[in-house]
Amino acid sequence: MSVDLSQFIPSFLEESFEGLELMESGLLNLQPGDNETIHAIFRAAHSIKGGAGTFGFDNVTDFTHLVETLLDEMRDGRREISSVDTEILLESVDCMRLLIESARDEVDFDQEKISQTTKRLTETLNADSKQEQSKNVEVKTTIEGETTYHISFIPEHSLAKTGNDPIFLFSALAELGELTTKANTQDLPALNDIDPQELYLSWQLTLITAVDKSEIVEVFEWVEDECLLEITAAETSTTLNDKTEQEPKAVIEAEIASSNQEVESPTIVNSSNNDTDKAATKNKGKSDAGSIRVGVDKVDSLINLVGELVITQSMLSELGNDFDMTKVEKLTSGLEQLLQNTKELQESVMRIRMLPISFAFSRFPRLVHDLATKTGKEMELVIKGEQTELDKTVMEQIGDPLVHLVRNAADHGIEATEVRVANGKPAKGTISLDAYHQGGNIVIEINDDGAGIDTDIVFNKAVEKGLIDANTTLTDSQIYDLLFEPGFSTAAEVTDISGRGVGMDVVKRNIQSLGGRIQVESTKGKGSCFKVHLPLTLAILDGQLITVGTETYIIPLIAIVESLQIDNKLINRVSGDMVLYRLRDDNVPILPIYQLFNLETDCTEIDNALLVVVEADGQKVGLMVDDLLAQQQVVIKSLKENYQQVTGVSGATILGDGSVAMILDIPGMIAMALKQAQQAQLDNKGKEKSKTGELV
Amino acid sequence: MTKVLVVDDSNSIRDMVSFTLKSAGYQTVEAKDGQDGLSKAKSGSFDLVISDVNMPNMDGITLCGELRKLPSFKFTPILMLTTESSTDMKMRGKSAGATGWLVKPFNPEKLLATIKRVVK
Repeated sequence: MSVDLSQFIPSFLEESFEGLELMESGLLNLQPGDNETIHAIFRAAHSIKGGAGTFGFDNVTDFTHLVETLLDEMRDGRREISSVDTEILLESVDCMRLLIESARDEVDFDQEKISQTTKRLTETLNADSKQEQSKNVEVKTTIEGETTYHISFIPEHSLAKTGNDPIFLFSALAELGELTTKANTQDLPALNDIDPQELYLSWQLTLITAVDKSEIVEVFEWVEDECLLEITAAETSTTLNDKTEQEPKAVIEAEIASSNQEVESPTIVNSSNNDTDKAATKNKGKSDAGSIRVGVDKVDSLINLVGELVITQSMLSELGNDFDMTKVEKLTSGLEQLLQNTKELQESVMRIRMLPISFAFSRFPRLVHDLATKTGKEMELVIKGEQTELDKTVMEQIGDPLVHLVRNAADHGIEATEVRVANGKPAKGTISLDAYHQGGNIVIEINDDGAGIDTDIVFNKAVEKGLIDANTTLTDSQIYDLLFEPGFSTAAEVTDISGRGVGMDVVKRNIQSLGGRIQVESTKGKGSCFKVHLPLTLAILDGQLITVGTETYIIPLIAIVESLQIDNKLINRVSGDMVLYRLRDDNVPILPIYQLFNLETDCTEIDNALLVVVEADGQKVGLMVDDLLAQQQVVIKSLKENYQQVTGVSGATILGDGSVAMILDIPGMIAMALKQAQQAQLDNKGKEKSKTGELV
Repeated sequence: MTKVLVVDDSNSIRDMVSFTLKSAGYQTVEAKDGQDGLSKAKSGSFDLVISDVNMPNMDGITLCGELRKLPSFKFTPILMLTTESSTDMKMRGKSAGATGWLVKPFNPEKLLATIKRVVK
């Protein structure tokens, strides 16, 4: 019988990656004497090894075996837990990941790195204790033809207590050949003395078989310590024949097949190369599709909700069968119920894609550990709010920007230990990651207690790079914004960690493309805080419905600062067409949407008009609208996919009455307006006094 | 039908063992660690228990010892899945009352052939 194991490989891989993460986080927190953690790490390595062996990933098994041996020594207390060993183990985890990934994608791996780490591991594990030469080819002498074996099997009386039953042993033997059994009952006590749980019999067996003696011994493998066993070959019915020539060959072939990446013979490598490439591309697509683990409770609540939906549906269709006006009230309540069901169902479905942000945070302890080693600074990472949930698609795309921000914090933020001590700070710098929900958004904070951002240096650098004029007056927040300009870097010297000046602009762009924004706060000498605001999901948006003329538009709620009715006294007309509105300390340009989009409307009068103040790129503008309608969640449909990219519009949605409404792209609209009134904008830029620099 | 309790913390191994047994006509119940295995064992009767050794919450050796204390598991074959074929490991298993052991890696054919030594 053959069983196809390939169906279990994806789950093995998923499990292995989880195991690796567990090992990594365990190793990072490992303290001498922490047996529980060592056990957990060992277990993870052990499972990976066992699974890899079963599923035929031999190079993973071999490598993990070394790791396991080292961990085993630590587990048994034979080896002290030293930071050197931990480093090697961390490196090994990387190698295991590499090997498993290469097994998954069926591509080659960095052989050199593996062999280097293997070497280091082996050296650590005592140079003299030679690694088991697992590949020794056993040369077996097999006897062709049948042999008669006499087997004397005298079990201990307690044999049954370990769950062994001779009858099954005999039936296993019977499968090997022709078996005759003879039980000896002479030890059987008198009936009164019999303990029903004891075994008093012994047997004389005769087996005529073609198999090797070792196979017979193997049948008794589990009971050999609990019985007297004698196996003697009585006679050979045919001549002995040496089969050595065939056997080892088969073994070698099997080995080649299982580890063709290691084989150095060029012919084999060449012939398999094409296949490997193809397999790689094929598998790329597969791994991108991705899978998601959903808690049973979430699925249960979905099923429950669908059940309720079905009930409501059947109630409504019942109602529709013979409907008259007396039943209107029933219909209304039925529809209300439907609304409730749909809403709950939508929320539950969205929750399925929500994962705790610990998935994105999990790589940072290692990152900070490595950065600390590389820079020679002392620092620790504090993670808070790991259970905050975030849409999977957002999570996947926020990883890299976060890595960049953390690297920056470690490299530019945290000072060298001597400097910190000289400034009266704790020698160990702290970088903290925090995630929490705020309104319909998730906020991720990256804090460091380092040097903070020196506005003078940033300013001078920007002048030097020709980004701004030396005479410009800028607020702190505007100076922080300069950090996100392409090609900007303040690091005194470029390190390989960060400081090449590519990055912060990309970070900002990535966050913007997710519909989020980044905000910087910093105190010189105390530290900096980067706040990333992100929508919880990319599929649904909280929007404010507005009308202009006959059109309905949606303004993303995240962009709205406030909505108000214009007070005539606060209007300030400046040069050209530009009209400014005094909003407390700010002068906000008024942007009539009907002008921007060339719409016909009756509401062209600014006095007493409705104004929605929105903010993007640290720039506030007031959008003049005809009317404010409801706030609601809308499902975003891409315009690009269904039509084409349109400036000022980020997407569309279908409203309850079936009509299509455009979702306004606030930064795009501001850019449009800026083009129209660039001169007026420049004159007023200096007057803004917002404390924080916000960028959308 | 022969009923087997499969205890392993690794999903893939558990699935594989369970799938192999099912395809050979056995009935299986899965448990994700020793603790889970023990409570599932108490809730039913089994003809065979196959358990991993290294598991969180309760390891296989402890599970084996606990099972042997239950009257209905006094003679039930208990096989340990292990990657360690050392004598030490086997002795520990034996003294806890294990019937035998299966050394990982094993293939489905081997698994089916081996358990024939203890069940129908």
